[in-house]
Amino acid sequence: MVAADPAERGVFWRGFFDCAPFIIIVAPYSMLFGVVARDAGLEIYQVMVMSVLVIAGASQFTAVALMHEHAPVIIILLASLTVNMRMVMYSAALTPHLGHLPLWQRGVVAYAMVDQCFALSVAKYEKAPEMSPATKAAYYFGTLSAAAPVWYAGTFIGAAVGQAIPPVFALEFAVPVCFIAMTAPMLRSLPHVVAALVSVIAAMVFAWMPYNLWLVAAAGLAMIAGAQTEYFIARRAAR
Amino acid sequence: MISLKLFWTVTILLAIGTFLIRFSFLGMIGDRPMPGWVRTHLRYTGVAVFPALITPLVLWPEVTGGSFDPIRLFAALAVLAVGLRFNAIFAITAGMGSLYLLRYLFG
Repeated sequence: MVAADPAERGVFWRGFFDCAPFIIIVAPYSMLFGVVARDAGLEIYQVMVMSVLVIAGASQFTAVALMHEHAPVIIILLASLTVNMRMVMYSAALTPHLGHLPLWQRGVVAYAMVDQCFALSVAKYEKAPEMSPATKAAYYFGTLSAAAPVWYAGTFIGAAVGQAIPPVFALEFAVPVCFIAMTAPMLRSLPHVVAALVSVIAAMVFAWMPYNLWLVAAAGLAMIAGAQTEYFIARRAAR
Repeated sequence: MISLKLFWTVTILLAIGTFLIRFSFLGMIGDRPMPGWVRTHLRYTGVAVFPALITPLVLWPEVTGGSFDPIRLFAALAVLAVGLRFNAIFAITAGMGSLYLLRYLFG
């Protein structure tokens, strides 16, 4: 996976270091998962098993909270999996770039498809469309090599120490800060800005929808808005 | 207490389900070409998902019990403004920095 080709190796480390600040800023969030899971009655090894196997923070929080309340298994799974539904869109958006990989490597891509790896990689691919398929893969694997260990280590520290960083530091706000900082460089053209605006407005309008449907609805609408704006501009230019 | 049976059932099924969600298109489509209009829409996935994901975290955050906090909105706009021109580390610093500063001044 880490290619012998020096150019690919350079891109791999580029991905690693591009991802590092975004993952370090949300490290307190992974620690918080360790703390919350221990409070809910899980052993340290259980916390780690969950973080390593699932590697999807928000859904892990949901699952632990519902297990703690002794909700039925089917409810726990539905509630936690709907939190991850947005990743179907990530998978689709990465396919034109990483679909060429052998099956097992696509498995690795899927396993570690966290928000940061997805966001940084697609932003990079769009900025540098001349990248070869191999260097695209190297970049993605670089981002995940930064993201996964920090997630594992963060949950371990949280679970072992058992104490969250005090709320005065408002570190929960690091999550939207991280996402905004990842999104800003994506606002590269008018269609991108239109899509982002539609996304925000739709998230407010659809906030009443249950089971994270609001997110899927808002994202779908925003993608259509972006694509239609692009078509509109192309039509105007053609005239 | 969370029983071992519940823990393992949920964890293994959640792991499999999450993997299948993430693997879906990558696994099924692979390197087969997608229609142009599909790829055009998919190029907007990032800017379509993240702003929606961010909106509730900024406008009605859980820690305030869901009530609007102008300081958080200002800090979020600071990240955006800095992030549009400078790199991520500056953007993140501007966001957390303005959050702390405004809370110290007005909080």
